[in-house]
Amino acid sequence: MSEVPASSSALLSFNNVSMTFDEGTKALDNVSLSINAGEFVTVVGPSGCGKSTLLRIASNLEANTGGTCTIDRNSIGYVFQDATLMPWRTVARNVELIAELHKLPKSDRQKLAAEAIELVGLNGFEDKYPRQLSGGMRMRASLARSLVMKPKVFLFDEPFGALDEITRERLNDELLRLFQHEGFAGLFITHSITEAVYMSTKVLVMSARPGKIIASFDVPFAYPRSHDLRYEPEFGELCGKISHALRGAHE
Amino acid sequence: MSTTNVTSSSIEEVIPDKRDQFSLTDYIGPAIVFMAFIGIWYLFSTVVLPEQKRFLLPTPHKVISEGFFVWRSGERRGLQPILLSLWDSAKIALMGLSITIVVGMSLAVLMSSSRWLERATWPYLVAVQSAPVLALTPLIRALIDGTQTQRLLVVVLIAMFPIVSNTLFGLLSADKSQHELFTLQGASKWTRLVKLQFPAALPNIFVGLRISAGLAVIGAVVGDFYFRQGGVVGIGAQIDVYRNRLWGAELITAIILASSLGLVVFLFFGWVSRRAIGKWHIINRGH
Repeated sequence: MSEVPASSSALLSFNNVSMTFDEGTKALDNVSLSINAGEFVTVVGPSGCGKSTLLRIASNLEANTGGTCTIDRNSIGYVFQDATLMPWRTVARNVELIAELHKLPKSDRQKLAAEAIELVGLNGFEDKYPRQLSGGMRMRASLARSLVMKPKVFLFDEPFGALDEITRERLNDELLRLFQHEGFAGLFITHSITEAVYMSTKVLVMSARPGKIIASFDVPFAYPRSHDLRYEPEFGELCGKISHALRGAHE
Repeated sequence: MSTTNVTSSSIEEVIPDKRDQFSLTDYIGPAIVFMAFIGIWYLFSTVVLPEQKRFLLPTPHKVISEGFFVWRSGERRGLQPILLSLWDSAKIALMGLSITIVVGMSLAVLMSSSRWLERATWPYLVAVQSAPVLALTPLIRALIDGTQTQRLLVVVLIAMFPIVSNTLFGLLSADKSQHELFTLQGASKWTRLVKLQFPAALPNIFVGLRISAGLAVIGAVVGDFYFRQGGVVGIGAQIDVYRNRLWGAELITAIILASSLGLVVFLFFGWVSRRAIGKWHIINRGH
């Protein structure tokens, strides 16, 4: 199950990746997974199981100590747990930031930023500062910032964990719309099983530390998904199975 | 595929601006304190001080008539010589402050980039901060030629610490995830400094600037006491003369003007700070 060989079309693949930190903590143990274009894979697992470490290895923020990780490092979008906006920049200037760091000419990055702001529905708020925005709007701005360079692979580190449920569900819908529209491959980390099933083409369950992938569930529902899907019996049944596997992961 | 923008942003409300607005109550407080101050002054100069020592603290109206409303009397008395001295000291304070800002901020940048350098430098900065600069005056006189340079050095030594410590603290205050955002884009150290650390440090830099600006004025006045030559002298030297000759009204006038210089500089940097970061910096008063 976890020994899927990396296919050549995979945009992101982990091959027996292990991670032991300097102080001796083993965070990941032989993790293999691969994500193709048009796939949205979510990892759920107990706190501290090394889920986020997966993303940090994929994005090269940490170097894995075993196995290989293959990804096009120039085409990664990374969405952090908090919005990580620069408080001294307006929404528009925040969204431009990554393009600016890639030294795009000013007119180009303004155009790209305007498009991304439109995509996340923040038009009209371009000149606001982060302190003037609600948590959900800050997250939208953060998403827009990552969208600007049109990455092929998107890494999401529990991006909606701090939001209230209504805002979270609304942003789930928006992210799915972006996923279909932009066609990136997604690797999403969350604590919420409902969120995992609602968003993904596949849900992986990780064990407690050292993190191993102990179960994998294909999500059969077709996109676009409607809000009411969450209340269908099949949806509930799948959530139940994942919850069961997750409880096993805690032991 | 059509992009149907969910206009949910209209549902999530924008947090309304809640800034510190100037209002009448902001002036009432200082006004009350000012009146109380004048009252206590009168009390001291007419009742509390023994009669034979009252020349040391003339009443406020005497200070105004003899200190502020006499333009020039002899070589040293009157408002004009006081203002000339004040201007002389203000120039030293501002030049010294400029040097302090450039040197102090550069030092903070170097310290922020290297933990080794930070650890190596801190103890000496603290030592300079706590050393009685006045006790070093013979050494300064022996090592450095020229009154102006000597006075500048005193200003720099006295004003340096708050700039360095606040700038350094600010440069190291950016979030880990903000740093990682820059790391992910392969940003250079310089880009990180200019686009992340420096803007993040601005609120702290302005705190340091306001403290250092006040200290620069003190440094200039104190430096005047010890390093002076003929011609127009600094306000500190002028104060020293008035003190020796027991010219109370002129002494108090000079002290008031020297303090006002500190106040003006403090207010100026507060104003610059509001212009520069007021739009985004959050002030929390807890109520």
